[in-house]
Amino acid sequence: MRRNILSVAAGLVCIALAAGCNKSSDTPGATSSSTGGAIKIGEFASLTGSEATFGQMSHHGTELAIDQLNAAGGVLGQKLELHTEDDQSKQGESKTIAKKLISRDGVVALLGEVASSRSLEAAPVCQENKIPQISPSSTNPKVTEIGDYIFRVCFTDPQQGKVLAQFAHTTLKAHKVAILTDAASAYSVGLANYFRDAFTAAGGQITSEGKYSGGDKDFSAQLTSIKGENPDALFVPGYYTEVGLIARQAHDLGMKAPLFGGDGWESSELVNIGGAAVEGTYFSTHFSPEEKDPVVEKFVHDFQAKYSVTPDAMAALGYDSAMLLVDAMKRAGSTEGPKVRDALAATKDFPGVAGKITIDPQRNATKPLVILQVKDGKFHLVEKIAPQ
Amino acid sequence: MIEFLQQLINGLSVGFVYALLALGYTMVYGILRFINFAHSDVFMVGAFCGFYMGKHVPAHSLGGGLLVIVLTMLICAALGIIIERLAYRPLRGGSSLAVLITAIGVSLLLENVGQLVFGADPKYFPELFPAKVYVSSSGLRVSSNQLLVFVVTAVLLFALQWIVLRTRTGTAMRAVSFNAQAASLVGINNDRVISFTFGLGSALAAAGGILYSMNYPSIDPYMGILPGLKAFVAAVLGGIGNIPGAALGGILLGLIETFVKGTRFSTYTDAIAFGLLIVILLFRPAGLLGKFQVEKV
Repeated sequence: MRRNILSVAAGLVCIALAAGCNKSSDTPGATSSSTGGAIKIGEFASLTGSEATFGQMSHHGTELAIDQLNAAGGVLGQKLELHTEDDQSKQGESKTIAKKLISRDGVVALLGEVASSRSLEAAPVCQENKIPQISPSSTNPKVTEIGDYIFRVCFTDPQQGKVLAQFAHTTLKAHKVAILTDAASAYSVGLANYFRDAFTAAGGQITSEGKYSGGDKDFSAQLTSIKGENPDALFVPGYYTEVGLIARQAHDLGMKAPLFGGDGWESSELVNIGGAAVEGTYFSTHFSPEEKDPVVEKFVHDFQAKYSVTPDAMAALGYDSAMLLVDAMKRAGSTEGPKVRDALAATKDFPGVAGKITIDPQRNATKPLVILQVKDGKFHLVEKIAPQ
Repeated sequence: MIEFLQQLINGLSVGFVYALLALGYTMVYGILRFINFAHSDVFMVGAFCGFYMGKHVPAHSLGGGLLVIVLTMLICAALGIIIERLAYRPLRGGSSLAVLITAIGVSLLLENVGQLVFGADPKYFPELFPAKVYVSSSGLRVSSNQLLVFVVTAVLLFALQWIVLRTRTGTAMRAVSFNAQAASLVGINNDRVISFTFGLGSALAAAGGILYSMNYPSIDPYMGILPGLKAFVAAVLGGIGNIPGAALGGILLGLIETFVKGTRFSTYTDAIAFGLLIVILLFRPAGLLGKFQVEKV
């Protein structure tokens, strides 16, 4: 009997786990003013959960764009209506949300997501329904490879990996670099691969590659073995929640090698979680509010007026994604999927706040990167690197 | 060698927390023969109690930190007793499956209420205790938080051993665990003993929650699931129902995990840890320290 109870218990653990992963989200998102015959635009974002600040900033940017467009009279004589859904930073939610937005709410286009894994979940649904999807800041190249209805307004990881490898060589003067990858994230694995290829091609050496899974809390084991190899720098292409903990534990273990990473780092939570341990670390991203450019200055001003926080890259790209979509609708003179798609594909030199957007035949945007450094709990612009 | 010792310290600091959590599973199992799946969520509630109270005591102070731990243990002990009173006691005497499913229900309830009350986004756990890192001449590093985990866990383990072996209530607990019917025949109030067991287990889980969050200061309502699962495995590994076994199982699991993570196979950590469990249970079905009992059918 006793062993029976245990086997039943083990079975129930599995059920509980499965149930835990599939909780449906009914969190109603913010929707802007609804009028009869408005153009419905869907947005899905990680408003809560482990990448919450990404989703919130991106959502704020999108919302600001929609509000400004509506204040200017909307598009094609109609107001815009934003339907936002929260995917709770969970895997498996985005597909359901995309289906719901398209079939029940009847949106004509979809904006989202920050995380590549979740954009990848929704993309096949959009492709199947001929609904254009614009990802504001998913950098994994696979996202737009899903089909010709999927676009992005940011650079891709091959580009980012190349620039980071160059940065490690020239600015950090590193010859031996260790990598710590989130094996459960398409973004992290992809970026690690592109960085490794570019860095070793330029004569650098990768000492070792540690792996973890998103949601892990303890990295001291991986860090201890990395420390034993004495790398010149540690590359962590992950998201800010884990990066903060990794920086903290590396600091406690007495690692002197500087940490650097990609655009998954950019969040105020990085500094909250990492504290003094993230001081002096570097990361690459899409946008810096410190740039001296009238377009950027106006956006930063408007954003601060509405949300009383300084916008980051996610906010800028959220804004750009909505602006580009509406611009394409104007150029197409229609909101029909195929026509908007063609207009999006023909985008050339669109003036986004995070740099000019030209959509290439792979439906990606080629744009400059900025490298930021954490100093006194703030992100400061170090350099801007144009695409080769 | 230094790397090995460093991994040993890393592993022990994870293992001690698993041990604290495993004790709750094993004590309840010893007395009621069921797995209290809500236990891992009491761990989460403990972390959040520490999070909210930590804001009201001076940061980096030993006194303030200990006060938070003690208060949190009391709150969670009360929570454990209430859960038992409301959810499990009405089902006592019924099928063990019903109680098990109720436990999963309570677990989901706590997680979702937690998400509603605390919010779903991860929170940063405040620094309660003075944060220092001690470095030996050979480069071995121990943080003050890790030391605290060792000391607090050791104190709690000895306190628990003393309660169970030396006090009247402890004797009653062992009697109920041995034979509940006979215990009530000799005048033991079973309900009170069971309440006490839940309170004790939940208090340990709460302490574990705070110690865990001090080392990994990012907390969210689902933070209990994985450590809870590991602790359950640790309890089975050590021999469920056996108190020293649970502690041993927890420490062992923490060490195995850390040593696997330090190698190239870090992504297979859970697979290897759980695989090992299957192997151990194949050879010792009652766990490492459990006694195998022949059951009459």
